[in-house]
Amino acid sequence: MHPAYSVILFTTSSGAGYGLLALLGLVGVNHGQASSLWFGVTAMLVALGLVTIGLLSSTFHLGHPERAWRAFSQWRSSWLSREGVAAVATYVPALLFGLVWSGLIEAPSWVAPLGIFTAVMAMVTVCCTAKIYSTLTTIRAWNNRLTVPVYAAFSLATGALMLAAISSLFGRFQLFQVIIGVMLLVILIALKLAYWRAIDTNPRNHTMEDATGLGRIGRVSQWEVPHTSENYIQKEMGYVVARRHAAKLRRLVILLLLLAALALLAAILAPAIAILAALLAAAAGVFERWLFFAEAQHVVTLFYGAKAA
Amino acid sequence: MTSLPPPSAKKLGLVIDLDTCVGCQACVTSCKEWNTQGYSEPLTDTTPYGADASGVWLNRVHGYEVKEQGQDQSRIVHFPRSCLHCETPACVTVCPTGASYKRAEDGIVLVNPETCIGCKLCSWACPYGAREYDVSHGVMKKCTLCVDRIYNENLEVEDRQPACVKACPTGARHFGDLGDADSKVSQLVAERGGYDLLPEMGYKPVNKYLPPRARRDATNQKAEALPKPDGSAFDRLFVWADKLLSGKQATVRASDLDHSSKLEG
Repeated sequence: MHPAYSVILFTTSSGAGYGLLALLGLVGVNHGQASSLWFGVTAMLVALGLVTIGLLSSTFHLGHPERAWRAFSQWRSSWLSREGVAAVATYVPALLFGLVWSGLIEAPSWVAPLGIFTAVMAMVTVCCTAKIYSTLTTIRAWNNRLTVPVYAAFSLATGALMLAAISSLFGRFQLFQVIIGVMLLVILIALKLAYWRAIDTNPRNHTMEDATGLGRIGRVSQWEVPHTSENYIQKEMGYVVARRHAAKLRRLVILLLLLAALALLAAILAPAIAILAALLAAAAGVFERWLFFAEAQHVVTLFYGAKAA
Repeated sequence: MTSLPPPSAKKLGLVIDLDTCVGCQACVTSCKEWNTQGYSEPLTDTTPYGADASGVWLNRVHGYEVKEQGQDQSRIVHFPRSCLHCETPACVTVCPTGASYKRAEDGIVLVNPETCIGCKLCSWACPYGAREYDVSHGVMKKCTLCVDRIYNENLEVEDRQPACVKACPTGARHFGDLGDADSKVSQLVAERGGYDLLPEMGYKPVNKYLPPRARRDATNQKAEALPKPDGSAFDRLFVWADKLLSGKQATVRASDLDHSSKLEG
């Protein structure tokens, strides 16, 4: 599948934003009001900023961004629509939580319930995004039970590192942030390795013979493509990264995540390193998301010469 | 509304005969011609006369080489591919805006070009590559089954069928109601063993493909033995004519006219 940069930016940026939002909600539940107004306001601005940048960039790849509001209408059947609804709905508890948690509005008893509500909505949104991909039976690599857990883990892990980075800027870096961050990174690495293993070993069940139905008379191969230059289908669905590049990039993703975990541990000694950890994880996210698209083979490629999908 | 309507009794669709399709592309060009001027905005071409010409087409004809068991030669099958107007089309249910829809009355799958946001998700959900994105209009285009022809009372009755079907010079494309077991197209499917593409994916295509018939030409058989010379007056005439034309050196015997031994050797 063609990796659209706006979609990569959207899913990684808003993923980190929602992860940070969810964790801030849980921090609110556990610790009550933010320790300072500026810390609270900054953390919320970063979280909502990442989410908003992501949502805006997701409209860049639309043919008609001015009609994007129509995407809120079909939540009964469409995960993309559900994602849109959940994304916008999350702003309501998130903004209220931000106001009471940071102390802009004095209502300590509301911090915990709004924190839980925000955390749940943030993760629901991330899962809706992942569901858009995991429900497509046409793309074997996405139609996988690990797709949603990987998206959720990426969101929480990058969010946790953002939280640690912001905390270090305000001199509020704490050991529990390291523990949670490293745990989430370990879970993420395990899930991602399991995902890659799954897509490498799952059988390619559909063949060119199935797609054309000509298997009933013999072995099928492509003789002539129906057009003289690449069409939309080939450009959008025919994108496949070379296997050796994919292997290299997979190693790079894991390396960046491991370095992020090491940097977070080093931050115990010098908290500012937490910023580096967050950047490393963000870079891992971009490469991982690029691979998520580039490694995914669409079943329509069978009509264009792929032997199996 | 992108939720699917209850299954319609009427299921309009195409039956494509892979046995008689000759790959002439008449259906492709007539489809482009009709649909570039009707229902939606034109089917754009980008740099049509340039080096990298590309454009939106709703129907494409592939060519496949099929190696049959026990046959020396392959055969070429021309394979038209367009929207199959599936009974459970995921391209419709994934649409976030309701622009993609399946008509309750006849099962035709359409895109409303006024409300499509061009997110392309429907094209990802289609296993058959039936939808093509139009860059210049920012919306998705697909086969409409010529909905603006088949019900068009301004056209003569015989013209009220899809442009591709009208254009096909070999009668390889048939249009009709596949929900009606007694319709001509349904009977054709029953008679010829019409099949679905990728049935295991569960999209339940309405369009059906008729498989190529068993070969009935002799092009890949061993050359048939010619009749042996029988020493008749005609044979002697040919031997004499051959000798005359070949010059004095040539000595031709009747057995040399037995081509079959040479071809087999």
